[in-house]
Amino acid sequence: MSEALLTARGLVLAFGGVRAADGVDLEVAEGEVLAIIGPNGAGKTTFINMVTGYLRPQAGSIRFAGREIAGLPPRRIVKLGIARSFQIPQLFTDHTVLANVALCLAARAGFWAPRTPLGGASREARARAILEGLDLAHLAQTRADQLDEGARKLVDIAMALALEPRLLLMDEPTSGVAAAEKHAIMDRLLRALRARGVTAVFVEHDMEVVARHADRVAVWSQGRILAEGPPAKVLADPVVRREVIGVEGVAVPC
Amino acid sequence: MAHRLLVAAAAALLLLLATAQPWLRFVLTIALSTGLAVLGIMMLLRAGQVSFGHALYVAAGAYTVAFLRPHSGEALFLVLAGAVVATGIGLLVGLFVTRYRDIFFGMLNLAFSMVAWSLLEKLYALTRGTDGIRVARPEVAGLALEGPAYEWALLLLALALALTSGGLVARYLRTPAGEALGAVKTRETRLEFAGISARRVLLQAYLVSAFLAGVGGAIAALATLHVTPLLAYWTHSGELVFVAILGGTGHVLGPFLGAVVFELVRVYAAASFPDAWQMILGLVLLGIILAATRGLVGLVDDLLARFGRRA
Repeated sequence: MSEALLTARGLVLAFGGVRAADGVDLEVAEGEVLAIIGPNGAGKTTFINMVTGYLRPQAGSIRFAGREIAGLPPRRIVKLGIARSFQIPQLFTDHTVLANVALCLAARAGFWAPRTPLGGASREARARAILEGLDLAHLAQTRADQLDEGARKLVDIAMALALEPRLLLMDEPTSGVAAAEKHAIMDRLLRALRARGVTAVFVEHDMEVVARHADRVAVWSQGRILAEGPPAKVLADPVVRREVIGVEGVAVPC
Repeated sequence: MAHRLLVAAAAALLLLLATAQPWLRFVLTIALSTGLAVLGIMMLLRAGQVSFGHALYVAAGAYTVAFLRPHSGEALFLVLAGAVVATGIGLLVGLFVTRYRDIFFGMLNLAFSMVAWSLLEKLYALTRGTDGIRVARPEVAGLALEGPAYEWALLLLALALALTSGGLVARYLRTPAGEALGAVKTRETRLEFAGISARRVLLQAYLVSAFLAGVGGAIAALATLHVTPLLAYWTHSGELVFVAILGGTGHVLGPFLGAVVFELVRVYAAASFPDAWQMILGLVLLGIILAATRGLVGLVDDLLARFGRRA
């Protein structure tokens, strides 16, 4: 018997009267790519925030690799092997793209070494390799505040990858990316993730991206999971179509 | 490379000035001691944090020299002791103030320095209040020096400390923990999500800044041979921030460049316009802020770049 990499049980979190999590149960198996879909305010980001330690659930448990992590601070959780990227990219805007990634690589090992420069040869080579994997090598020396929205999104993910996680949580990795590039970017991203054996969970609004790239889909609705399963089956479910995709079809250009 | 040559040239120019104008030896020693304290301020500015209380650590270094002088006659030991005491106080205060950012960080530093100032003023039995404490001239590296020889020894000591500290801080700023100071300024939460304590990043820099201010204070005490509570007063803290902005935060040369220009403007302006020297300082800073947002060191960089293109 193998335990899932991530197991959430009965997560509850209410902001005043809004129940952002109202009994969330979810398992993520090692190596799979899980998409989370659902209307705005359904609690998708709240789930990521609870798993990464930004928010503490009021009830329930989160187990990662056999260990209870609910309520641990972000710093402890990332050391256990969970990294995240952000819906609004969180970059060090005074640094170059290369330095942004190098800082995250250093965070994994050797951050406090008093003598090794951040841009040391081996660290710089590893940072470049990560950027190359996401087709960002040409932006290495660009300052992070000079990037367009799509590139910022990818650099944000590159930073999370540099932390060498076992589980990567991505909050809308393709929002802000030009529609024509979405599939190419997801292909590249998932190839990089699978090559490293990283388990991935991503929040997504574009159903085409979900259908094409996810192994499994979980549908959020009002703080609960409405349905989960293979994309072909879940996206064809009439309830999901009415409750989730119907609402979103208006908001998301295809 | 260009900067290394520039530092060598600046050091040579400094020694030349001190030879040509003997009374400048004292002024330049004080300028270098200020520069050491400002070097620490610059590290905190990299993290976007402005301390309005670092005169506390200058005073800690200076008063340590004054308190220990009856028990030790060696200048080098006194400087080291001043730096250690300042760092110790920096640890106690730093553990608290590094939990705060921006205006709260600045004001809490100010508050601690003002507590220190009032203690130095009121504990007359210990500190002799506003009269201050006279410091007997110590030996330097075992040599009992008089007059110009002592001034030279102190200037060279200050210069050696400035060069060493500048080099080490420049190197620190290139390590991950040093580069992360800029990350504290731009996106502190991302550091936490990378597994790094932003507070520790700031605290380390804070300790270095307290150490450097302690060294600067000790040098100043050895140069003036007299310490007073004014060393810890808020106007002195403000002066350190003023010099940091004047010099610029782009390079470790900035604080020393700023400090030398500041002291020279002060000395010459005070001699020529006794009633208006503060106004002149203000106008100089205004000019710098409007014309060169990266401070004097930014101006120098621009000149170097222009020269490099032409060459």
